[in-house]
Amino acid sequence: MFFWITSALKVLVAVGFLAQIGALLLWVERKQSAMMQSRIGPNRATIKIGSLEIRAAGLVHSIADGIKLVWKADWEPTGGDHFLYRLAPIAAIVPALCLCAVIPFGPTVYVDHVRDLYDPAWATDVATAARSIPLQIANLDVGVLFIFAIAGAGVIGAALAGWSSDNKFSLMGGLRAASQMVSYEVAMGISLVGSMMIFQTVRLDEMVTWQTQHCWGIFVQPVAFVLFVTAAIAETKRVPFDTPEGESELVAGYFTEYAGLKMGMFASGELVEVCVSSALITTIFLGGWQFPFVQLTGLEFHYFGINVSWHWAHFIVVALGFLTFTLKCVVLIFMQLQVRWTLPRFRYDQIMKLGWRMLLPAALLNVLVTGTVLLFLNSSNG
Amino acid sequence: MPGKTKVLKKPSRTISDQSYVVEVMKGLGVTLKHFFQGTAQMVSGNVPDAVKNPLAEGIATISYPEQKRPYAERWRGVHRLTHRDDGSPRCVACLCCSTACPAQCIYIKPGEYPEGDARRGYERYPVEFVIDELRCIFCGFCVEACPCDAIRMDTGVHVTAFEVKSDFVYDKDKLMSIVSQHGTQNSENTRHEPGDAGHPGIDRLHGGH
Repeated sequence: MFFWITSALKVLVAVGFLAQIGALLLWVERKQSAMMQSRIGPNRATIKIGSLEIRAAGLVHSIADGIKLVWKADWEPTGGDHFLYRLAPIAAIVPALCLCAVIPFGPTVYVDHVRDLYDPAWATDVATAARSIPLQIANLDVGVLFIFAIAGAGVIGAALAGWSSDNKFSLMGGLRAASQMVSYEVAMGISLVGSMMIFQTVRLDEMVTWQTQHCWGIFVQPVAFVLFVTAAIAETKRVPFDTPEGESELVAGYFTEYAGLKMGMFASGELVEVCVSSALITTIFLGGWQFPFVQLTGLEFHYFGINVSWHWAHFIVVALGFLTFTLKCVVLIFMQLQVRWTLPRFRYDQIMKLGWRMLLPAALLNVLVTGTVLLFLNSSNG
Repeated sequence: MPGKTKVLKKPSRTISDQSYVVEVMKGLGVTLKHFFQGTAQMVSGNVPDAVKNPLAEGIATISYPEQKRPYAERWRGVHRLTHRDDGSPRCVACLCCSTACPAQCIYIKPGEYPEGDARRGYERYPVEFVIDELRCIFCGFCVEACPCDAIRMDTGVHVTAFEVKSDFVYDKDKLMSIVSQHGTQNSENTRHEPGDAGHPGIDRLHGGH
């Protein structure tokens, strides 16, 4: 019962948060690009309460946009497949929301011991473990593989939208989205093989534990980090990989024919993907919820002859872990948005070339090198 | 004759150029610098508030509703139908504009002037004149095609945004109510009514040109 209630709460919080993140990131993106280009950005929308005027640095625009999207005429193209047309926005946003299910956003909370110092025996004690809340919605054994499966399903939404809209631009956009996502899925998957070999697991919570005990994934797999980030940006279909919706070529690509909230679902699905991919990069390469040099018991710094052990209560470690995870995600989202406003769009053939002729061989080479090094290390140890 | 071959030198690219990763980092450095500079300026309050004080110095952009970028004199805005001196449309319903229109957004129903009108039999008039402003591509071909300067796009304004598609279909009354950017409803080109003593055709008939 305890498990079901906490799980339901976690799902509600995570999905509720991600559903809103689109509106928030829309503002971040507008304001960030404005600051970058010496513009002002959104600032006009105002909520007036008496003489009080709330503009919140343009944040009110997101609310205005949401209201506008809801009240837009829900126009549909007369041709095409109406059922698939309505299914496509759902098929585009649901995988993005599902992805967050396996990402651990903090250490396990042991409800009975929040004020005590962490003791590894808690995890094995049946009564305590039964009343623990892992800060992860679903602790799946397949972990990363689940992410690849669901991220691969994301292509269905774009392809369906392109097909069912009965528009040549949409069809071209859907085709481009499908081929691009399938191509980069390959490089993305293989780039993580090296990490899986080092962590010796595909479970994301165990990956974080390994990084807590040893070092962050980016230091043992720097090449994979670059490859994975590139492939992840390509998966979100944003600049510089936005040929599926390139305005100057395809109007708006696969969602040209969508209006109102359906269009909003595509747009916010894209931003949810940015958020989730940042969380994923954090988990696999940046130590997840670990603050540098902080273990489950507290600060442990034993380098350069300095030995500091500062132990904290369990709830402080958990809170710090959650905040660290959020901060890392925020920084990565910021960097992804910055990339989007810095680089020009690649040509379609360049994207394909980059995916198949650069990223894929580099990822394979990374697997080979990682495997060789691991083999040498193991044989020298054993 | 053998053609001369000019061998172009390949642009030299270092490994760091070719890999793109280093160049991306450099580019991100530039944009990040601008971002932090801009944010610091905005937060420090050195930039005037663009909403409370839209016309202040130091705002790099145009504060739109208060401040507008002037359009060129010949910029093609929403259409208007010009008037004659008596307030009737100059249009003679020759259908040149609707024929020239590549978007086929103009519909004209021509009619004869009533019995006794000096213009009956001399020219026609539009009973209906409809432009679908959503179909219009604002190419200006209708203005070029018009032989009597009856349709003009010198209004200097955009089509207003409406909530319903049918509102974008402008009828004759609506088109005749729109004024030019100088506020006139007529055309500066002179127009001669049938029987007009100063009509150039009459001069030519009598050989006095």
